[in-house]
Amino acid sequence: MLNPGPVAAPPMGLIAELTHRCPLQCFYCSNPLELERASAELSTDEWRAVLDQAAALGVLQVHFSGGEPMARADLVDLVAHASARGLYTNIITSGVQLTDAALAQLLDAGIDHIQLSFQDAEVEGADFIGGYRGGHDKKLAAARRIREAGLPLTANFVVHKQNAERVEAMIALGEALQAERIEIAHVQYYGWGLVNRNALLPSLAQLEHCTAVVEAARVRLKGRIIIDYVVPDYYARRPKACMGGWGNRFINVSPAGKALPCHAAETLPGFTFPNVRDETLGDIWQHSDAFVRYRGTDWMPDPCRSCDRRELDWGGCRCQALAIAGDAAAVDPACAMSPAHHLLADAVAEAAAAVDVPLVPRRMGSARR
Amino acid sequence: MTEEAAIPSFRRGVKFRRDEVRDAWVLLAPERLFMPDETAVEILKLVDGKRSIAAIIDDLVARFDAPREVIAPDVIATFDDLKARGAVQC
Ligand code: SF4
Ligand code: SF4
Repeated sequence: MLNPGPVAAPPMGLIAELTHRCPLQCFYCSNPLELERASAELSTDEWRAVLDQAAALGVLQVHFSGGEPMARADLVDLVAHASARGLYTNIITSGVQLTDAALAQLLDAGIDHIQLSFQDAEVEGADFIGGYRGGHDKKLAAARRIREAGLPLTANFVVHKQNAERVEAMIALGEALQAERIEIAHVQYYGWGLVNRNALLPSLAQLEHCTAVVEAARVRLKGRIIIDYVVPDYYARRPKACMGGWGNRFINVSPAGKALPCHAAETLPGFTFPNVRDETLGDIWQHSDAFVRYRGTDWMPDPCRSCDRRELDWGGCRCQALAIAGDAAAVDPACAMSPAHHLLADAVAEAAAAVDVPLVPRRMGSARR
Repeated sequence: MTEEAAIPSFRRGVKFRRDEVRDAWVLLAPERLFMPDETAVEILKLVDGKRSIAAIIDDLVARFDAPREVIAPDVIATFDDLKARGAVQC
């Protein structure tokens, strides 16, 4: 479907989800429940074309993610290709496959930055959450390799009910690994995170503890280490600017080539997401219904339309509006102005009352009952 | 606060480059990017890991024919900001 609309400013970032394959099985993985099979993945040449089009369109940074991007044998090729087009290249990886040889190849290819995800500050919790024995130690080794190679490092820690007590230790680990940037990111409740919400959603006291620790660490580490902090929306009064606004800053391309305004958008009904196999990124960005529909402020429902925050949070997250309020075009329920805001408090109460909740690991077919 | 004698350099993983599509300078850093304003662009162009902040100020004073008392606080404030954002070290 084509929508003429006004000309949109170029996108800043491309999130290239190379594959859904991953040796880990984190309970909060943001990938969709229907994981894409390897046979459906874009080929190397198709990804090269996407990178060319992205650079021409004005994309400045490419984030190779997944799944585990290192599960693709052509990752090094793609990094080299992106780098030759002047794109800033970033890999978001679990690090368990980042051997000396792999890192040397990535360096040759011109990699600019690596984000390493950690499941916890201590081995037992980390290997449990990742479902991969020995994973944590491999990550520590990977972090040291990145450091020794002189590359910048982001250490990403995903926080939830079961590890919120260790936020201080997570920051200390990031410091010990000499990361330039530490991300303390609460689980976002989409995909597998939503399935496992009762086992993962922290209490208000836990959240407040995390926030206090992060704020103190930011003061202490100012000018040395950047700490980015992402909160769960369930205690918020205002939503986050999801993806910096729909179709405003990012294009996400799924392993099978679907172009999405956000990696969770595939769950939205009533959309036909364009595929990079059929259309150019430029056409998708400028004209596709999928990117135009919630872009800017014209689509907004009532409290947002006249709200002075409308160009700050862009009305929040469409996927959360769907998941909680049942309507993707509604105000994000994280906003206190949303008629569905109370549903978040209900979810908090449900998670607090839940004991011994079985966790569903992220793997092919496990979300189907 | 940043001293004039300090020598600023880009931190690891930070790139300052011209973007032809936007016809603008951009500062690219790990998972963030900045669109520096005109003043910041002129300052950033002089960051080479060798020049001190004092030398950068002198250069701008000469080129823009403006009093040092006006330029210096701007330059210092810009570096304070870039440092806090993790783009520059000095
Ligand atoms: S969140 Fe865990 S399971 Fe999901 S892609 Fe990342 S490392 Fe793999
Ligand atoms: S009413 Fe809409 S624009 Fe205003 S704060 Fe809430 S979600 Fe954001």
